[in-house]
Amino acid sequence: MAEGRQNEQHPHLIELQDIYKIYQMGDTQVRANDGISFSIDRGEMVAIVGKSGSGKSTIMNIIGALDVPTDGKYYLNGIDVGSMTDNELAVIRNKQIGFIFQQYNLLPKMNLAKNVELPLLYAGVGDLERHERAIASLAKVGLGDVWKKYPNQLSGGQQQRVSIARALAGNPSLILADEPTGALDSRTSREVLDFLKELNEEGNTIVIITHDNSIAVEAKRVIQIHDGKVIFDGTAHEYKEKISAK
Amino acid sequence: MKTSQAFFMAFSSLVSNKMRSFLTMLGMIIGVGAVIAMISLMDGMIGYTMDSFSDLGADTITVNLTGKGSKQLTDEQMYEFVETHSEAFSKLSPSASLTATVRKRSTSVKNETITGVSESYVDIQSLKLTDGRFLAYADMLSRSKVCVIGTYVCNELFDGEDPVGETIKIGADSYEVIGLLEEKGDSTKYSQDDVIYAPYTLVSRAAGSANPSGYTLKMTDPDNSTAAQQELEDYLYAFYRDKDCYMVTNMASLLDIMSNMIGVMEKILIGIAGISLLVAGIGIMNIMLVSVSERTREIGIRKSLGAKQKDIMKQFVIEAAVLSTIGGGIGIAIGGVATTTLGNVIGVSCAPSLKAIGIAFGVSAGIGILFGYMPAKRAARLNPIDALRSE
Repeated sequence: MAEGRQNEQHPHLIELQDIYKIYQMGDTQVRANDGISFSIDRGEMVAIVGKSGSGKSTIMNIIGALDVPTDGKYYLNGIDVGSMTDNELAVIRNKQIGFIFQQYNLLPKMNLAKNVELPLLYAGVGDLERHERAIASLAKVGLGDVWKKYPNQLSGGQQQRVSIARALAGNPSLILADEPTGALDSRTSREVLDFLKELNEEGNTIVIITHDNSIAVEAKRVIQIHDGKVIFDGTAHEYKEKISAK
Repeated sequence: MKTSQAFFMAFSSLVSNKMRSFLTMLGMIIGVGAVIAMISLMDGMIGYTMDSFSDLGADTITVNLTGKGSKQLTDEQMYEFVETHSEAFSKLSPSASLTATVRKRSTSVKNETITGVSESYVDIQSLKLTDGRFLAYADMLSRSKVCVIGTYVCNELFDGEDPVGETIKIGADSYEVIGLLEEKGDSTKYSQDDVIYAPYTLVSRAAGSANPSGYTLKMTDPDNSTAAQQELEDYLYAFYRDKDCYMVTNMASLLDIMSNMIGVMEKILIGIAGISLLVAGIGIMNIMLVSVSERTREIGIRKSLGAKQKDIMKQFVIEAAVLSTIGGGIGIAIGGVATTTLGNVIGVSCAPSLKAIGIAFGVSAGIGILFGYMPAKRAARLNPIDALRSE
């Protein structure tokens, strides 16, 4: 596994080269991703922004190793992920990527510790170590004391923190947040965004997928997707200027 | 993921869905329980029937001489036949009978059948005595006026007194009671306890015939009864040259017919049992399928966190297997209790048969895994993106 190792040819953490994702819908071809290329380095905090139907979810699925492109190359940490089998993708998701979902996606019948343990379970980490690491991860989001509670006993903001703890537990190279504040009120959204920024300060690479410009500008860099193509790639400051110019 | 962890996960998932788990298991519990109870009760019934039949002498062949024909078969000739065919027959008792009124002082029993037998008869019919002795060889030679009586006769004539050593009147003659037989039936008229045995030499003489009217032979090997019967019939035919002069009855062949019939019934029962187990299995499959679609999102989450196809597969197959084995286990316990209880009610001693337990458990676990496999495969193949999107 090339985890943490800098690859000569692919110095970037994420390198997308001419990614196409084409769905056949009856007679018509839908080009969800129509030649997307960009790269993201370690330690960046990037927002991928776009309206619904823009293809941002498709590119997220590809970056998250949930899906493979129809054409093009995707290197994650120097590993060619674009043409992997199901099981190989599962290993990538397990070791390299920490997901944070809009709906938190915690398992309701498991307590917080068990939820956070899940990626470690599939990584084959032993019982004791797994529990310790889960507790440590929960402690990092301020929920270390309540690990015996169940998700439905927590507020939305707390649940999202549990899902962040779960994303962090496997010590991934990339944290991929899909509309992380979509289900939260503005105050808790703020909390979660600040926490993600904090994680970024600590050196974690964070990619946020969002349709909301006000969230996107919280990142350092913004990539805007429209009709399956990148139409903007620059700093948050430049993006702010672009949208206010309209 | 390790298999032990998969087991743990399956258990906690089943525990957190107690009601659904229980309902799924219910089919298995009833199926397995019913199979065990049915097969065990059937085994008990078969054992009981076979026992009753062998009490009647499953290893005996009886010859009744009709008295037709000019030639007379003597007891010496039959004894010689048994001696020369010792590989097929081990014992012989000539028989004769007569009907008379039996009296003891003022009490009397009308139309009693007195059966004349030899000393071997006690072994041939596995008779047991509670008091006194059976007829002896010497009684045959001397034509002693002695008899062995069954419990019905004893109750009628002696009213609780000890009959051995007492004298009873059979017709005009006085007989000494030398033995009392153990109760075999229920001590009523025409039951197996309504018997008086006396030396055949005496009874055939009293019945007005020089020779016995029939014979009871004990076979060495009841499984070979057809061949033994053939030998005996060949001998009798060679002697009489007329099939109407004798009648040969073989208990073992009756028993064969019985056990064939029982075998057919058993197969039908196993068929019914198989269907109920199949239904239980389909129940498990149904629940597992529901569980897979209900938990599509869970599967999606697990996959996004790095679960491989085989991890998901393992989880669902183990859940199904655990469900059906626990269900099967409870079913075995219930089947065992039901067998003993029903056996007591019917009055047949039944023990849950190991065969039934083996079949039921094997089939339940097998069906669980088999019917768990399909939904598990479906779960494992779910696309994580679609699975995550499902509500």
